[in-house]
Amino acid sequence: MRRRPSPAIGVGRTRVPLRGFYVAMLVLLYLPIAILLIFSFNPSQRLAFPLQGLTLDWYAAVLGDASLLKAARNSLLVGAGAATVATALGTLVAIATLRFRFRGRSALLGLAVLPLVVPFAVMGVAIFLLLVSLDIDKSLFTVVLGHSVIALPYATLIVLSRLGGLDPALEEAAMDLGASYPTTLRRVVLPLMGTALLSAWLTAFVVSFDEVALAVFLVGGDPTFPVLLYGRLRFGGQLPILISMAVLLTSVTIILSLVALRLSRRRE
Amino acid sequence: MLGRRGTLPFLVGPPLAWLVGLFVVPLFVIVLFSLRPESGIVPPGSAWNPSLIQYGKVLDTPAFLRLLGTSALVAFIVAGAATLLAYPVAYFLAFRAGERATLYLTLLLVPFAVSYLLRIMTWKLMLGPAGVINSLLSGAGMIGEPLDLLLYSRPAVVITLVYVWIPFAALPVLAGLQRIQRSQLEAAADLGAGPWARFWRVTVPLSVPGAVAAFFMVFIPTVGEYVTPTLIGGTGGIMYGNLIQGFFGSAGNWPLGAALAMIMLVLTVVLVATAARIVNVRRLLS
Repeated sequence: MRRRPSPAIGVGRTRVPLRGFYVAMLVLLYLPIAILLIFSFNPSQRLAFPLQGLTLDWYAAVLGDASLLKAARNSLLVGAGAATVATALGTLVAIATLRFRFRGRSALLGLAVLPLVVPFAVMGVAIFLLLVSLDIDKSLFTVVLGHSVIALPYATLIVLSRLGGLDPALEEAAMDLGASYPTTLRRVVLPLMGTALLSAWLTAFVVSFDEVALAVFLVGGDPTFPVLLYGRLRFGGQLPILISMAVLLTSVTIILSLVALRLSRRRE
Repeated sequence: MLGRRGTLPFLVGPPLAWLVGLFVVPLFVIVLFSLRPESGIVPPGSAWNPSLIQYGKVLDTPAFLRLLGTSALVAFIVAGAATLLAYPVAYFLAFRAGERATLYLTLLLVPFAVSYLLRIMTWKLMLGPAGVINSLLSGAGMIGEPLDLLLYSRPAVVITLVYVWIPFAALPVLAGLQRIQRSQLEAAADLGAGPWARFWRVTVPLSVPGAVAAFFMVFIPTVGEYVTPTLIGGTGGIMYGNLIQGFFGSAGNWPLGAALAMIMLVLTVVLVATAARIVNVRRLLS
């Protein structure tokens, strides 16, 4: 029997090929995406092997498709709006619940993360019916409203975890030196939270930018990119050009997500 | 000058108003609409005469209830499979990856940043008689006839959704595993537990809250799904979410759709509350 001595750290090693499992999982995750990527460079309209050659025509066609570009611009605007609202409100929730004791404190925090447990279809119905009741027309603005709610839990949790690591003594020092509490928040707390706020904003942006199920209920005649893509995929639009556009926008979300991840892991 | 305590209303007010106005009140509005007796779309300013007719209709329509059961089952399988497949990955990241853990985690998360619709689309390409898997196999001369690979079916929806959620499910599991103290494992080793005993009797029980969180982080979005069933499932693969979306889209029956949405919401919340009670999610969040 080959028995290794139990290592001092106490996490004994068995011969389960965990690394192999991880690598296999990565291959499984990346391969389908890679194949889709390949077809965005394939001249044929049909998505089937064998490949017909190598072309950038679909990417060029994206730049000539005004409705695709408009939808992408709409998604950027909606994402920026929703992320800004969600980050601002999430920061307020984090400060209130971590720095104050008051009745309803945990209820406020619970309410802020509760949108996580509501399926998007239900959320879509809810806000749609509110708009109907108030006779408000659906538009990109109403998508911002909806996305700000579903992004709020993410923004709140990110800001909360960073604020939890910030020594309250810094705030007390500022107030001892004569700063009012709002001034302390503006001049001391927020500057120290810079990376967490950016990380929260980027995460909220990506949540909104990629969201389709809720947006379908709230969008007017002017679609966001995921809504446009969903519609064209259902009714059989030209696939390669759609894939090219999605690839372009996805590279944006990947970069932003990586930045957010990096920021949120810094100084921990 | 505003004191510390005086600031509190300005901190609580805006998020509370936003959440009440755009989350609590809208959910309440679903209840109001679900109690309307009429069918079809409801013109603004219609009188409100509450009745339970819509809920009666749902209960009297076996197809609706069957679809609700199916959706719950699909979400259960997807969430279970994604959590089980994510567990070894998270375990590897927590205990074996060492200094490269951050890099390995990032590599795992990049696919999750790829557009949701693109990741769904890719399975439409992989499965099916003219799909990538079939054309590769027949191109390599391994098969003569194309295999029937499940496109436009419920299993196709399940495969696609498991694929979509694996990276996301790894995060709560990883968070749970990282909270396990090495001293607990050392104590078990000192008391004579071998690697497997330590895994099953120390690591697994301590990782349950993270795994349950992962399960529900997948279950909730899946149970209300209608996008993937529409694109991948075809007519045979639709789910409960498609019903709801349909009644607010082309089928245009808001009160009935509201009742269906309310039923799903109540079931989801009850399920989550029960699970949270059992595994004490609060400890995980703290």
